[in-house]
Amino acid sequence: MSKNLRINNKQFVDETRKLSFIFNGKKLYGYKGDTLASALLSNDIHLVGRSFKYHRPRGIMTSGSEEPNAILQIGNDDALTEPNVRATEIELYDGLICNSQNCWPSVNFDIGGINNLLSPLLPAGFYYKTFMWPASFWEKYEYFIRKSAGLGKSPTKQDPDMYDHRYMHCDILIVGGGVSGLIAAKIASDDNKKVLLLEDKELLGGSLIYDDNDISKIDNQKSSEWLKKLIENIKNDKNIIIKTRTSLAAYHNYNFLLARQNLTDHLSVNDRNNKIRQRLYKIRAKKVIISTGAIERPQVFHNNDRPGIMLASAVKKYIDYYGVRCGLENVIFTNNDSAYETALSLHKSGTKLNAIVDIRENSSSEIVNKVKSLGIQIYWNHTIANTKGYKRINKVTIMKLNDKGNDVIGKKIELNCDCLAISGGWTPMVHLFTQSGGKLKFDNKDNIFVPDKTNLNQLSIGSAKGDFELDDVLKNSIKDTKKFLQIENSNYDKIDVQCSKEKEKKNIWLLPSDKPLSKTKPFLDYQNDSTAKDIKLALREGFKSIEHVKRYTTTGMGTDQGKLANMHALGIVADTTNTNMGDLGTTTFRPPYTPLTFGTIVGRNVGQFFDIFRKTPMHEWHVDNNAKFENVGQWKRAWYYPKDGETMHDAVQRESKAARESSGILDASTLGKIDIQGTDANEFLNRVYTNAWSKLQIGKCRYGLMLNEDGMVYDDGVTTKLGENHYLMTTTTGGAANVMSKLEDYLQTEWPELNVFLTSVTDHYATASVCGPNAKKIINKIFKDLDLSDESFPHMSFKEVKLGNINCRVMRISFTGELSYEINVEASYGKYIWEKCIEAGKEFNITPYGTETMHLLRAEKGFIIVGQDTDGTMTPVDLQMDWIISKKKYDFIGKRSLYRSDTIREDRKQLVGLLTDDPNEILEEGAQIVKDENKKPINMLGHVTSSYFSPTLKKSIALAVLKEGKKLKGQKLLVPMIDKTIKVTVSDTVFLDKENERING
Amino acid sequence: MFLINCPYCGERDQSEFVSGGEAHIARPKQPTELNDDQWAEYLFMRKNIKGIQFERWNHAHGCRKWFNVARDTSNDKIEKIYKMGEQPPKL
Ligand SMILES: [Zn+2]
Repeated sequence: MSKNLRINNKQFVDETRKLSFIFNGKKLYGYKGDTLASALLSNDIHLVGRSFKYHRPRGIMTSGSEEPNAILQIGNDDALTEPNVRATEIELYDGLICNSQNCWPSVNFDIGGINNLLSPLLPAGFYYKTFMWPASFWEKYEYFIRKSAGLGKSPTKQDPDMYDHRYMHCDILIVGGGVSGLIAAKIASDDNKKVLLLEDKELLGGSLIYDDNDISKIDNQKSSEWLKKLIENIKNDKNIIIKTRTSLAAYHNYNFLLARQNLTDHLSVNDRNNKIRQRLYKIRAKKVIISTGAIERPQVFHNNDRPGIMLASAVKKYIDYYGVRCGLENVIFTNNDSAYETALSLHKSGTKLNAIVDIRENSSSEIVNKVKSLGIQIYWNHTIANTKGYKRINKVTIMKLNDKGNDVIGKKIELNCDCLAISGGWTPMVHLFTQSGGKLKFDNKDNIFVPDKTNLNQLSIGSAKGDFELDDVLKNSIKDTKKFLQIENSNYDKIDVQCSKEKEKKNIWLLPSDKPLSKTKPFLDYQNDSTAKDIKLALREGFKSIEHVKRYTTTGMGTDQGKLANMHALGIVADTTNTNMGDLGTTTFRPPYTPLTFGTIVGRNVGQFFDIFRKTPMHEWHVDNNAKFENVGQWKRAWYYPKDGETMHDAVQRESKAARESSGILDASTLGKIDIQGTDANEFLNRVYTNAWSKLQIGKCRYGLMLNEDGMVYDDGVTTKLGENHYLMTTTTGGAANVMSKLEDYLQTEWPELNVFLTSVTDHYATASVCGPNAKKIINKIFKDLDLSDESFPHMSFKEVKLGNINCRVMRISFTGELSYEINVEASYGKYIWEKCIEAGKEFNITPYGTETMHLLRAEKGFIIVGQDTDGTMTPVDLQMDWIISKKKYDFIGKRSLYRSDTIREDRKQLVGLLTDDPNEILEEGAQIVKDENKKPINMLGHVTSSYFSPTLKKSIALAVLKEGKKLKGQKLLVPMIDKTIKVTVSDTVFLDKENERING
Repeated sequence: MFLINCPYCGERDQSEFVSGGEAHIARPKQPTELNDDQWAEYLFMRKNIKGIQFERWNHAHGCRKWFNVARDTSNDKIEKIYKMGEQPPKL
């Protein structure tokens, strides 16, 4: 370090703890307590990045979350690297590695810098205008744009860090631990409220904590000393929970807020092991107090973006808090009094201040008088017309302003500087207020938007509400907090505050230069390289709404969301269009206020916890027997059981052959099961199913089809009558929860007069389904005393039987067309009964089969699967299931819709069978069906919904929905594929055993 | 994220509830008496207004009960919550 930039006076930086870090490959040092930005500045590094469009050199500009330039790539690990980290926000830790972004090959020599020379060719909307035409070229442009744009690199490996979510509840949430937030916290706590206080920095106190001038005093003490005592007080207060390093990300309706706490980012990498990196707090607050402070504005003048140009408040903070000089030759450029505090800090630290340039005519406030008395040169009524220095500012050219402030006059004066501290006044941080739906109003005196109306129980105080001077901040915060909390008296009612009062104000949104605007670069949005010219161009081109101007010029659309520039953009639009800023409104501030990591957003819901999955009681057996699984809703269902390296096709052919020729067994536990009881249960079934249920006898089962009120098939399944007023309904696996809530809905809202109770019992029972010609023999071996004769136990009937102590419900129902028994037992006996069936079936080669074989077997029989062969647009008539619609019932859900003009159209898509001319050709599900592929545009007639190769029929079979399908039986149609056209013939939907003989074994 | 005062359970987070659309659309007692237009009116037509809207909500991950909500769609403020079968409040 050649220059002496460290000042040896600091309480916030621990100079006994030296930390090393690497910036762009170079090893550097800083201290515990530094941010990455202050450490870089102490090494005389301002240039940290290149701008987005013109690749202009950019330096650290701020000391907070509004930083537009110093956004770095942190870490070089494929999994842990993080892009777009603001150097001003990251606390320095030992071993930190960081790199500049958006520059190639290096920040000092960047090829993209040529864009700066080409900038006359890159006006606002350039990308929109150039790359939009012809549309088909977009893919080619995109490659280059993405390569040359891009802010940082995403990690390429899985994030190994742990993240956490936590709910919090409080009486009063206070966002921002500056002086106003702290005093509000104390007042609330003294009133016995439970307070949650969030502060995004490591320490409480805001900017007052490092205030070092002798002018402002509270109760006759130095204001920072007074504040330190208050903080100690608050830290020991049991009513106040303090979360530091915690920034509020989003403020939603009903006082629901999200905050992110950084727990390990400030630790050296080795100290982070096994610790949670970040935590997301989901907060419900009865009342919210926003005390987020204000952000200093830059000024907008020609070449206002060079490294070394910084906010005056940042220059002050680097000196007073971090003990770092940002330059050895300083110039201040301001339009208000607050920059004079920076002047005092520079003076006190022995740092050279060459001059102050102030656009105001004069000022005689206490603080300005004090600076005057120190003999510091002040150029009143002057502006900066230009700056010089490519990678670091070295000169400013100043000129006198004319009376109107829209041009410069007189001779040019050049001032040397390596740091230019600029201040354009202050902007209250109203982002959270507006996010929550609050409406702003414009304050003409300070040219700021301040909180106005809100529907929520919230209050903004301090500079977040537009109070900038210490006496206003304290007295109004106390007064407003008391009113908000309905408190009569507080311990701070007699507080005595002294501070300098600003007397003169002047604001010029776009400062003039001796060059015409078209030849200048007055930057508004540093990150997106938009200038005042771009705003004017957008207005000339007819954009009027501020939201449109924002998008066209990309002003305020970077990772900093235009925290610095938005007010100037608005001001320039207002000036150019002769509008009041208050009438213009602001652009919308959207959450998150500062970027969140994906890790924080998902918390623990990663990997196997991303979504819950449900396993049947037999799951382990399937795993042990090499099952492949498919996801059906949240269920893991056995899909097929490959043996000795079988493909899925081979396994399915073997499984289905076994089921047809001897016996197969399926885990049907996932089917939805609803227990229905009550004296009106039968009437209820009559109303929800299309068919009639009145005559169903105890011990019998019936298949039912359920429609939506629009007449479309919704679900299906078999319902068994267990007792006089007791039924067990089964639903599809995926539809179970929806059917349950739909039925509840009707019961509670349309038919409250019915005495019916529904209980979801899906998880209570496990179901093993044994099918095939030998099924009866197997069941007989298990239940020796059960009469399985067709007379006693016919198809579609049910018996209750005991196996030892286990209650079994055995239903003789079939989804495969084979003789078939479903054994239902309490879930905990599921694996036992399954293994019992396997053991009993051994001599009959009982073969476990999965969902794929089940689908094949039912397709051979033409049984539909709701959701596969239907898609919410199929009526029972479309499915050729007219037989299931009761003609006698007066009403059921969806009945009236079955004869709407649309549902009785004959040219609706209808379910048909398809046979390929080549029996070995298997159609693809989803494939389109056409009649004539030469006549363009090709008329699509329908599509394939289910398709399999049937080992029993030794040919390919398919189900399809086809326009006017019922009439087209026997017709030859085409299924065009990418490389061939398949010839098909429309057939019946039932391919196997049309006479239903197999059902009896 | 709303905070909804379930009439059976008390205040709960919105994530426990599902919305069931516009309230007070009774299923016709005699659907067969309706012509296509009248049936379509019941089946498809829903209001989407700015201001007080009456809606059905279900405490799906709680007591599973349906109830009615009068909500101001302009600011999502819930003005009133009342049980199924009760008449909409005058607001
Ligand atoms: Zn409830």
